[in-house]
Amino acid sequence: MSFAATPRQRRIRLTLRYAVAAIVTVLFLFPVYWLFAISFKTPDEIFAVPPVWVPGELRLDNYLALFKEGDAATIWNSLVIAGTSSALAMALGTFCAYSLARFNTGGENLAMWIISQRMMPPIVIVFPVFLAFVYAGMVDTFHGLILLYTAFNLPYVIWMMRGYIADIPLELEESALVDGCTRWQTFWKVVFPMARSGLMATAVFTFVFAWNDFIFALILTRTEVITFPVQLTHYMGGQSQFWSKISAMSVLGTLPVFIAVTLLQRYLVRGISLGAVKG
Amino acid sequence: MAEVRIKDLHKHYGHTHALKGIDLTVGDGEFVVFVGPSGCGKSTLLRSIAGLEEISRGDIEIGGRVVTGLRPRDRDIAMVFQNYALYPHLTVYDNIAFGLRARKVAEPEISRRVDAAAEMLGITTLLSRLPRQLSGGQRQRVAIGRAIVRQAPLFLFDEPLSNLDAKLRDEMRNEIKRLHKEISTTMIYVTHDQVEAMTLADRIVLLRDGRIEQQGAPLDLFERPATGFVAGFLGSPSINLVPAKLLSRGAVRTVLLETGEQLELPPTHRVEAAEPEKPVLLGLRPQHLAVAGAAALPPGVVRVPTRAELIQPTGTRTFVTARIGGTEVTAEFGAHEMQGQDAALEFAVDLNRCLLIDPATDKVL
Repeated sequence: MSFAATPRQRRIRLTLRYAVAAIVTVLFLFPVYWLFAISFKTPDEIFAVPPVWVPGELRLDNYLALFKEGDAATIWNSLVIAGTSSALAMALGTFCAYSLARFNTGGENLAMWIISQRMMPPIVIVFPVFLAFVYAGMVDTFHGLILLYTAFNLPYVIWMMRGYIADIPLELEESALVDGCTRWQTFWKVVFPMARSGLMATAVFTFVFAWNDFIFALILTRTEVITFPVQLTHYMGGQSQFWSKISAMSVLGTLPVFIAVTLLQRYLVRGISLGAVKG
Repeated sequence: MAEVRIKDLHKHYGHTHALKGIDLTVGDGEFVVFVGPSGCGKSTLLRSIAGLEEISRGDIEIGGRVVTGLRPRDRDIAMVFQNYALYPHLTVYDNIAFGLRARKVAEPEISRRVDAAAEMLGITTLLSRLPRQLSGGQRQRVAIGRAIVRQAPLFLFDEPLSNLDAKLRDEMRNEIKRLHKEISTTMIYVTHDQVEAMTLADRIVLLRDGRIEQQGAPLDLFERPATGFVAGFLGSPSINLVPAKLLSRGAVRTVLLETGEQLELPPTHRVEAAEPEKPVLLGLRPQHLAVAGAAALPPGVVRVPTRAELIQPTGTRTFVTARIGGTEVTAEFGAHEMQGQDAALEFAVDLNRCLLIDPATDKVL
């Protein structure tokens, strides 16, 4: 059996590949485009049949309404909560991971126990957490949600960073210790720079987990600390949906993550592939 | 420079007793090589001296100062690792300067020392490069440079040449030897390669199963090994061991091979025999077997007829596989000695230099 293809067969195959790639790209990108498009449309354009594929003009009325009515503040709430909890989880988790990777603290059992916390569906503990928050007076507070998201993200951070740190050759740290560094100095001067890609990748995913959380934000907030996923549900009424507000708010809510991923994509790719290929 | 004293050093890894009572002194400016097979404890011993391993019992002194329990940074040592241990995010200059910066040495002094070390190692043009832009040999030079600038009284090398190809290894070995000649620092070097050990060491410490099997000058260990293990470890190709019996009748001692041949030991041979008949292993180094010509052989050299089974010329030497006393042996001849020679030949066996090993105790008689 011969695998050699004629030039014509190669051209056909290439064309087919591009066609499939184009179809898949459109399938994935179209909903995102549609979301953006709706956010700029008038209500008539939104419900028009046949559909208005491209908005007549780029109207910012929907966005202005969000800022005027104060709904855009929920984006800020989400930023503060997700940002703070991610920073805390990364800081604490990385040090824990270092301890596990280098000193084998708790042996294999502790490491497995930590990651097993992540395997539990959050819905299972929503009610007990709610009761605990009521008792502690933490419902509808920033620090309440920050604490919760930090706790939820810690196992993930510890698990990922343990792998990245373990991949750093031990000799590099030993060399630094012999050369005159303390453990802390070794961590900051050797481990931290070398684990940068892993840190960035883990930080982005940690942020996204916290950013996208809905169930805990819904149950544990009332009026003071509404996050953007919860705010979105306020536009979904029993009799009508404010699609223009839903889409505009969704676009605003996507922006921070989009910016973060764009800025850090160099580290993301390296971080993800480093984790995949273990020497 | 510093003298290193190790007293009754023990190291346990859980139930494994890795180092079993090491007593050793390394003199000021001496180049000592720890050598031995995998798992013998040589790297563990080196790392214990560095403070990278906690010891279970015993004491370590460097330069008259007890360092047992001190952190590596407080022992004032420099170390070169097998995998270079260069920081990939720092330039060559910053890699070499790393230890000095950690110890808060002033930048002008750092610059002076780095330039001097780079000049010594021929890496001045590489100072602004990153490690990934260097070859294996260049990286190892940078690693050595990082040790030199510390001006530490003790240098430790943990198999630094293992990752290099054969040619580069020879080059770097010469560099290290030259370095020791130039700076005369006390150096402890770990390797599993007996050629490195023989060529570099002032003194070899041969380890086996966590204990010192024998220590001494390279030629001493090679020519007067204490045990069969030492005899077999040093020398390439390794020593041939032929099962035999040592027969002693008064002052006459003969070696009886399994094929019935009897070889009379010269009276000058140092072996002492207590029993009339004793099983031994006859140790013959490949270099002590030659092709016996027609001329009379010197005293202590005997003829043993044999048949060449394999001939392997390397260009500079020829290795011949044959049998003595029914046991396969390897002989090392000059490059052209087998030319025009029949497969049926006679060995000239130099019994003056042979070793007799007690198979029960592994001691050389």
